Amino acid sequence: MTRRFWVFIEQNKGQMHPVASELLGVANCLVSEIADELEKTGEEAVVEGILVGHQVEDLAQEAIQFGAERVYTVDDPAFEHYLNRPYTDALIYLIEKYKPEVFLIGATTLGRDLAGAVATSVKTGLTADCTKLEMGPFRKIEKKLLLATRPAFGGNVIATIVCKDHLPQMATVRPRVFESPPRDLKAKGKVIQEDFKVTPEMLAANLVEFITDENAGVNLEYATVIVSGGKGLGNPDGFKLIKELADELGGVVGSSRAAVDGGWIDYAHQVGQTGKHVRPKLYIAAGISGAIQHKVGMQDSDYILAINSDPKAPIFEVATLGVVGDLYEVIPEMIQQLRARKGAQV
Amino acid sequence: MIHLLVSVKQVPDTTNIRIDPETGSMIRKGVPAILNPYDAHAVASAAEWKRKLGGKITVITMGPPAAEEALQECIEMGADRGILISDRAFAGSDTLATSYVLAEAIRKIHEEDPIDMIFFGKQAIDGDTAQVGPGAAIRLGMPLITYAVDIQEINKEEGFALIERKTESGREIIKTTLPAVLTTEKSIAEIPYAALPDLIYSLKYKPENWSAEEPLMYDINQIGLNGSPTMVAKSGSPEAHEPAETISVEEEGIAGVVENTLNKMLSNISVASLWEELK
Repeated sequence: MTRRFWVFIEQNKGQMHPVASELLGVANCLVSEIADELEKTGEEAVVEGILVGHQVEDLAQEAIQFGAERVYTVDDPAFEHYLNRPYTDALIYLIEKYKPEVFLIGATTLGRDLAGAVATSVKTGLTADCTKLEMGPFRKIEKKLLLATRPAFGGNVIATIVCKDHLPQMATVRPRVFESPPRDLKAKGKVIQEDFKVTPEMLAANLVEFITDENAGVNLEYATVIVSGGKGLGNPDGFKLIKELADELGGVVGSSRAAVDGGWIDYAHQVGQTGKHVRPKLYIAAGISGAIQHKVGMQDSDYILAINSDPKAPIFEVATLGVVGDLYEVIPEMIQQLRARKGAQV
Repeated sequence: MIHLLVSVKQVPDTTNIRIDPETGSMIRKGVPAILNPYDAHAVASAAEWKRKLGGKITVITMGPPAAEEALQECIEMGADRGILISDRAFAGSDTLATSYVLAEAIRKIHEEDPIDMIFFGKQAIDGDTAQVGPGAAIRLGMPLITYAVDIQEINKEEGFALIERKTESGREIIKTTLPAVLTTEKSIAEIPYAALPDLIYSLKYKPENWSAEEPLMYDINQIGLNGSPTMVAKSGSPEAHEPAETISVEEEGIAGVVENTLNKMLSNISVASLWEELK
């Protein structure tokens, strides 16, 4: 028997979402964690990509280069743009046909919409927004299970969830929780085209118009520098200063949930458990106290500078360096000194 | 006249959760239970459409007896009927079992009094899974529109609605047949001050109680722990971190602190390469 570890290859207009390659990396790690079992039973385990779209053959190769051994493609003009029902039905079809053991889906807007519908249809368990995934023993169960760890209660609790009697064991993972494996341009794999037809009844809800969002360009998850502001800014205008510092460092603007809830900045900028998970090289948190739900989303950053007037602010616990002071004093001085340093180099 | 249904949840106010510094575990005591904020906006949206088109709103919740308070709050906001689905047999239900319980209740209500649109908040702030709304839609076989930010039109005569939803790259306008299931963002509607007639109505109103057997006989293999494929293998507090090195403006003066900060920050191996490119 083949033990199948599936990754949903999310794509939009022929572009693979980076979370797909991140998940292919995770799936390969999971397979390596059951090497001992495979040796005993003589079974094989494979990482397979599931690609739904229209004219997306090139992406199958990309998935293979990021670690899929095989890719199943479902192609139909109706898949050009994502819609819940036909995508759900396509995945149900594939799951029933191949019976995968594990199915990982990116916890993007699309992935969360899809995963909940699919898991309910096939009556299996789904763990959302996992921050750690491993194959490990659970009680006396013979085979290792997917141990899916995730924060709950706003990040105050970390729970490990198992799904012991139902397949596939499904999990969603947010972009940037894991790093992408390197791309191997020489990798070879098999592409299998599946025969699945979209019927009119699957299109009861259909797209009539698409409006590109001005905030869609934020792309926090993949930014290398993020400067975030929180309630400590005191007012929405404080984000102008945050933006100025971000521009100086070639970065983008992030925020805490409190600032978004206060209506100071769009949700697209929110970092944290209910916002974006980020791992930039440099993260500057200004006027952010460091609620656990914020820390969960940014603690993977390489270098964290926290600026806060309260020396006891929890943000200092995850910071690499903390500056205790008024951000309205510190940031303008930083901008000035950064400019001076740049000037000195020219 | 339209019939709208909102499914809500009472949740602990996760923004007010404190951690016991001794044990590192969550202190549940004294944490206020609130109507899930996303659900409150969903009720507000339903109330807006009830005012526009005339009709009624049914609100359901699954939870302990105390969850009745959440329903009461919805009645104050303009809902007409509240149903508390509560039974010990439901305890331990995960998202799959919960979607079964809610979908069966909705099905029954819909059979007796057809529903035009069903609202769920996009997620509950305790679990943040965003799975129950989609699960219920699938079970009901109704179209699902998640992350709805605006309802542009509900056209009961022609049997469609136009919904704006948010995705990562932009906004989509979806035309859906009715009835449909929406999961909604906060921007779907502002929460208004309660209107006096609604307040008066809510004072006299007592929500209905449904159990696992009455008026619907639930399949015990699909509810509670029996009906939940997932289980918590272990849980604990997040890892504690060592406090960072801090420098204080008060002690070292602004110019010195910033210079010191930049020296440290820009010489860090990750940041240094970035800085090289910026210069």
